[in-house]
Amino acid sequence: MAVQSVSRSDLERRLERQRRSELLSLLSPGLFWLILFFAVPLVVIVIYSFMTPGSTGRPELPLTLDNYGRLFTEELFVNAYIRSLWIGFATTVFSLLIGYPMALFIILAAPRWRTVLLLLVLIPFWTNFLVRTYAWMIILQNNGLANNIIQFLGFPRQTLLNTTGAVLVGLVYGNLPFMVLPLYASIDRFDFTLMEAANDLGANKWRAFLRVMLPLTMPGVAAGSVLVFIPTVGQFVISDLLGGAKVDLLGNLLQRLFQRSNPPNWPLGSAMALIFMVVLTIGIIIYFRNTTEDDR
Amino acid sequence: MSDGIAIEMRGVVKQFGEVKAVDHVNMQIRDGEFFSMLGPSGCGKTTTLRMIAGFEYPTGGEIRLHGQAIGSTPPYQRNVNTVFQSYALFPHMTVAENIAFGLEMKKTPRAEVDKRVNEALDMVRLNAFGSRRPRQLSGGQQQRVALARALVNRPEVLLLDEPLGALDQKLRKEMQIELKRLQERVGITFIFVTHDQEEALTMSDRIAVMSQGKVLQIGTPTEIYERPTCRFVADFIGETNFIDGTVSATEGMSGPDYCVALTTSSGLTVRGLSARSIALGTPATLSIRPEKAHLSLAEAPAGTANTFRTSIDRVAYIGSDTRMQVQFAGKEFDVWEQNTRSTLDREAYWNAGEQGHLWWPTENALILTE
Repeated sequence: MAVQSVSRSDLERRLERQRRSELLSLLSPGLFWLILFFAVPLVVIVIYSFMTPGSTGRPELPLTLDNYGRLFTEELFVNAYIRSLWIGFATTVFSLLIGYPMALFIILAAPRWRTVLLLLVLIPFWTNFLVRTYAWMIILQNNGLANNIIQFLGFPRQTLLNTTGAVLVGLVYGNLPFMVLPLYASIDRFDFTLMEAANDLGANKWRAFLRVMLPLTMPGVAAGSVLVFIPTVGQFVISDLLGGAKVDLLGNLLQRLFQRSNPPNWPLGSAMALIFMVVLTIGIIIYFRNTTEDDR
Repeated sequence: MSDGIAIEMRGVVKQFGEVKAVDHVNMQIRDGEFFSMLGPSGCGKTTTLRMIAGFEYPTGGEIRLHGQAIGSTPPYQRNVNTVFQSYALFPHMTVAENIAFGLEMKKTPRAEVDKRVNEALDMVRLNAFGSRRPRQLSGGQQQRVALARALVNRPEVLLLDEPLGALDQKLRKEMQIELKRLQERVGITFIFVTHDQEEALTMSDRIAVMSQGKVLQIGTPTEIYERPTCRFVADFIGETNFIDGTVSATEGMSGPDYCVALTTSSGLTVRGLSARSIALGTPATLSIRPEKAHLSLAEAPAGTANTFRTSIDRVAYIGSDTRMQVQFAGKEFDVWEQNTRSTLDREAYWNAGEQGHLWWPTENALILTE
């Protein structure tokens, strides 16, 4: 009896081992990919962030904590963090305020129009991103389309280009589809009978939206917000072109630290990127916890 | 001011593009009544209900709730609540939150909300389930939550849109009884939409039979079954034999009804009752239920106005009844006889292929012109 049970558990263990090796072999392409292109670069960055910049900006020994010290004390960097966060936040909020009604409008349109409308949201993406940003520069410049309209309406011309507002416009414009698409998917799954039920129980349209539709489409809001917020904070092209280097975001500083400044400073850039990664990860975990916990 | 009339509809029309979903509907639904709208899908019953709820606005005509015109009042300003076919419970709220929703919208004080939610949970026997989510409940329980969520608001009228459609047969029967009992207890007017005639007959005080956007007949279950006013109603509710012919004579009265004789194209004369007199030569249809016709192997009782020799095509023994198909005027005719005597004596019993006498008293048949 005892012998048998020992041998059985032995067999179980062998089966278990076999199953595990099978699983490993099945996962190995994905694991290899993750390790090579995600884990290794991340480890490299972590190591860089504790090294000293050499004369060419490349990391050298000895190890140091100076990089982190500078990031937390020098105004330039602290301001860039704060500015990036609030511009990312503002972009997300505006995208949401514009994107939700857009997605809702597409869902409520006649079925044959839906595909067309979705396509209209996506088509700008088929044009090069830089070209579209240059187009905004032309629209916003002093004698551009926007100012012509302002003047036509009887107001004096404004400086639009190279302002925070211009950067925001560009960011919202560029990221809107990332907000609209997850919202579309989420609202599409929403059962509109629930709105009728809410109306029936005495809620007007607005209250029915706040109490029923918005909570039930929160997964879409969360996904869209993250998809807009993260690239916004890290990008540098729009803030460069439309903000005229006056609106320094994190991405701009990073780009400079790695490429443009003389000499470059890779260790400092690495530390900067890492801090932001940690902040974002924590922020997103909290955000998802709060927005999707009630998901059906 | 409203004379005990909860809902009054006058000439109500609802048009969707070219289609008239509801076509000049007139109805008076009394206070405290269990009123059903019955008809095949697409007959306009759900659209009518949605207009009373306020989800659709009528294209024409007038809807009054206790005397007050509500045709264009938005749903959230009508003291009317709906139980949806799909229940439409809010999945992100608990059962208690679902039930409290309507009261909160009316800014009812917290203590009162709690009290009434508990009463409502009591009423549908779900006290233990207040903190559950709808998806954790069975279909029957969800159904009861939907009822509680509507009734807790003490509506002037409760609208039910095929609420039992999603339940299985057994649960359906139970819910029919429970629903009826609940309605009698709370005394609220129920307007119930269904395509299931048995459901409508069992539960309703009165039924409106609808077809193609029109109300064909309004009456008690007995009236609808015993005295259908048109061929559609006779055909839609229960089983019926129809015999077409033209009016050949009016042979006096039977109570308030006229005894009318029809002659078929094959020259047979059949008799039934009509509530009004019909001119000679008018095309009409005799309608008779299978259980109201009889089949005798020997002669029919003496003095029966309608007696015809016939051959028995099929016999089906179903326990309480024996259901037969016989030949009449070149068509199949159904006769159901109750098995009141021992059926083991096969010799004295109906068998396929035999000859028999089909007969019915005149007052068992109706003459319809529509």
